[in-house]
Amino acid sequence: MPAKRTAILKQVESSSLRAEPLEFAIGDTVNVHTRILEGEKERIQIFSGVVIGRRGSGTRELFTVRRIVAGEGVERSFPIHSPKIAKLEVVRHGKVRRAKLFYLRDRMGRSTRLTERRSGKKDEAGEE
Amino acid sequence: MAVGLLGRKIGMTQVYAEDGSAIGVTVIEAGPCVVLQVRTAERDGYSAVQLGYGEKPRRLAIRAERGHVAALSSKRSKARAELKIDPLPKASCEPPRYIREFRLEEGDSPCEVGQKLTLGLLAEVARVDVIGMIKGRGTAGVMKQHNFHGLRASHGVQRHHRAGGSIGSHGCDRGNSGKIKKGKRMSGRWGNERVTVRNLKVVRIDEPNNVILVYGAVPGPDGGYIMIRQTKKKRKSQAK
Repeated sequence: MPAKRTAILKQVESSSLRAEPLEFAIGDTVNVHTRILEGEKERIQIFSGVVIGRRGSGTRELFTVRRIVAGEGVERSFPIHSPKIAKLEVVRHGKVRRAKLFYLRDRMGRSTRLTERRSGKKDEAGEE
Repeated sequence: MAVGLLGRKIGMTQVYAEDGSAIGVTVIEAGPCVVLQVRTAERDGYSAVQLGYGEKPRRLAIRAERGHVAALSSKRSKARAELKIDPLPKASCEPPRYIREFRLEEGDSPCEVGQKLTLGLLAEVARVDVIGMIKGRGTAGVMKQHNFHGLRASHGVQRHHRAGGSIGSHGCDRGNSGKIKKGKRMSGRWGNERVTVRNLKVVRIDEPNNVILVYGAVPGPDGGYIMIRQTKKKRKSQAK
């Protein structure tokens, strides 16, 4: 795409980008605080889990958080620049060697012990 | 005033509305457009304004194109001067890439040749129509072109899986004539034709940068030329 058109798109998107970027890395365990509208009231919902990847660029950039709920893997993707994300806390850094942690999906349904061992590994590397 | 502008499709992206919801928008660079000619009912039989958008290098523009926007000395202009015919007003601009006319309706205030139109024209407009040429797809079958389901993959179907099936004869109102219903959707050339998308919501107008965002998709490829005008679709709320 010609530079001029790219520049216009960037300029348009810049107004929708987050002023202060969210700071987190792949493999981090995070709490995502999202604003939820319930009828008239707005409340904050927290989704916590491991960041297993981010994709896209500009206003469309997403990150995916995975957690295990009642023995079932749940993944949720959040637009990084969405104003509905009120806050993102990093609970723990994880040591990972790749940008997409899809291999975690294959480790679903194993015993909890295995999961603990893996998170133990992460602890070694993950000092704030 | 003319109710439209010419422009270029820049591309699609996503922005966030005030309530935090993400909306898919098409970014359009619209204007500035120069009024090249004003058509009047007396002289041309209809009233319209002819707008030009973009610049064509002079070396690529033929003499007629240059003469359309600026006064050139020619045999014809000299002959007309001798007959004391006033020369037509010219916009005195570079030859434009894209020229289209917008019809003027009664009540629209007229424009002057050479006037520059920008997005300020659409500042108060909530919904627009966008006209462009859709991408050419060449010869396309009914499944691609009209979203037909085709025939089955098995159960005796042979070499006919993407066909449209029966085109009907007795089942339709022309049954007795043995002719196919008019407008029957079939395969064939698709695309590369003018398409109007009506009633698109205007999301944002950035007048200094000549950029307008509209909700949803717009015909044509990125970089394609388009026309954008205040919508002509009558809404119930407007009818009141």
